[in-house]
Amino acid sequence: MTGTAETDSVIEPRRAWLSLLAKAPAASLARLWAEAGPAPAHEVLRRPEIGAVMARGRAGGAGAPFNLGEITVTRAAVRLETGEEGHGYVQGRDKAKALTAALIDAVMQTGDAPRLRAAVLAPLAAEMAAAAEARARKAAATKVEFFTMVRGESE
Amino acid sequence: MYVAVKGGEAAIEAAHGWLAEARRGDPSVPVLSPDQVREQLSLAVARVMAEGSLFDEDLAALAIKQARGDLIEAIFLIRAYRTTLPRFGAARPVDTARMRPIRRVSATFKDAPGGQVLGPTFDYTHRLIDFALAAEGEPPAAREAAARAEATPHILDFLGKDGLIQQEASTEETPPDLTRQPLELPASRPLRLQALTRGDEGFMLGMAYSTQRGYGRNHPFVGELRIGMVAVELDIPELGFAIEVAEVMVTECETVNQFAGSKTEPPQFTRGYGLVFGQSERKAISMALVDRALRWRELGEENVGAPAQDEEFVLYHSDNIQGTGFVEHIKLPHYVDFQSELELIRKIRADAMREAAE
Repeated sequence: MTGTAETDSVIEPRRAWLSLLAKAPAASLARLWAEAGPAPAHEVLRRPEIGAVMARGRAGGAGAPFNLGEITVTRAAVRLETGEEGHGYVQGRDKAKALTAALIDAVMQTGDAPRLRAAVLAPLAAEMAAAAEARARKAAATKVEFFTMVRGESE
Repeated sequence: MYVAVKGGEAAIEAAHGWLAEARRGDPSVPVLSPDQVREQLSLAVARVMAEGSLFDEDLAALAIKQARGDLIEAIFLIRAYRTTLPRFGAARPVDTARMRPIRRVSATFKDAPGGQVLGPTFDYTHRLIDFALAAEGEPPAAREAAARAEATPHILDFLGKDGLIQQEASTEETPPDLTRQPLELPASRPLRLQALTRGDEGFMLGMAYSTQRGYGRNHPFVGELRIGMVAVELDIPELGFAIEVAEVMVTECETVNQFAGSKTEPPQFTRGYGLVFGQSERKAISMALVDRALRWRELGEENVGAPAQDEEFVLYHSDNIQGTGFVEHIKLPHYVDFQSELELIRKIRADAMREAAE
């Protein structure tokens, strides 16, 4: 990284894959990453560390923030031999998942990004979207259809 | 004189050994896995996460197994664990308006956009024991229908547009955190909401019920109850931008309550608010009622002396870990304290009897 201001076109895709990795099912991520081939040469900058993030809500959904409770999060950081730094912040207490996320974040900054996107990120995104869609479809089936009861004599 | 006594190590060790065996139960019955608890006792898991104040389904499931199903004991384990975690930061407030709800009902508006979505609810079941569940067998797949693509707006926004309900003033103030600073009174609303969301469900239910029965009545309607996943965004300093670091299920309840007004403002509906980790609607509704009752001062209402209006009473007695610690500690050895009481009562009795004899 050069230290110059990053443009949105750089930040937005990175934000998207980091968010995807953070919430991804650990088993699927591990499987897809293993199938994507050996990890590139790297050093670990920050060994996986388990911690907590305080989640917040807003009074009335829109007002003053308040502390809702913490969430377990694991983070790790790596640097590839070629210099790219990767950061993994993932939900839960899974050190392997945090390290994998950091490695993927680093590789996504290299020329190997399109291959990794196709092999790991796209299938993960599809799996998560399908799960969300299935939930939404089940919710839709429980939507109440009201009908009006006509009472009394008509005409 | 203070006499320290030691002893009981062997007895404690044997007791804990038996505890482990009793936890396992009859070994001819298959052992329960935390995965089974997480998947099949998910509402117990939700409660342990909400009151343990830590969202981690696997950890809550394990705690429930370790606690032999004693949920307050499980919450205790979670509270103890969370104190060992470094805090990476505080997230941006969740945006519940962006939720795709699995359940969303309103008792005030039938035809709001998004409609009434029942979700996986116990409502409208007959509360008859289902003996079929004691047998093997899988339920049929849940029905599906075309999913709603748009966001589901908050129902109270419609009242807000017409000025019929009090608006929440949006601020970006850092809220006080009672896990870091001791609770001080009077408490701000953000501090109260933190205490309520991690408070005991049974206590909150009792307090809420008392307001409905007349102890600080505040005429609530459930304007909206919604349950679903929300993204949790965290600013990552080393990156210089925020990512969605987690996705959690929450239950949100907004109540519409009777009026407040003043010389300068015409009467409006007022609101109570509940937001709880997991699928926990009894707790979320109770929280909203208690939140509303505690707002009497800022809404210019009379304090009628109802328990639910008493901030000190509610906030200092809602935490089940503090409560169980203090209530249960009286079973532990108090031999020396009691010895002094015993000596005292003997002396008083002797004096009284001597006086009676004179």
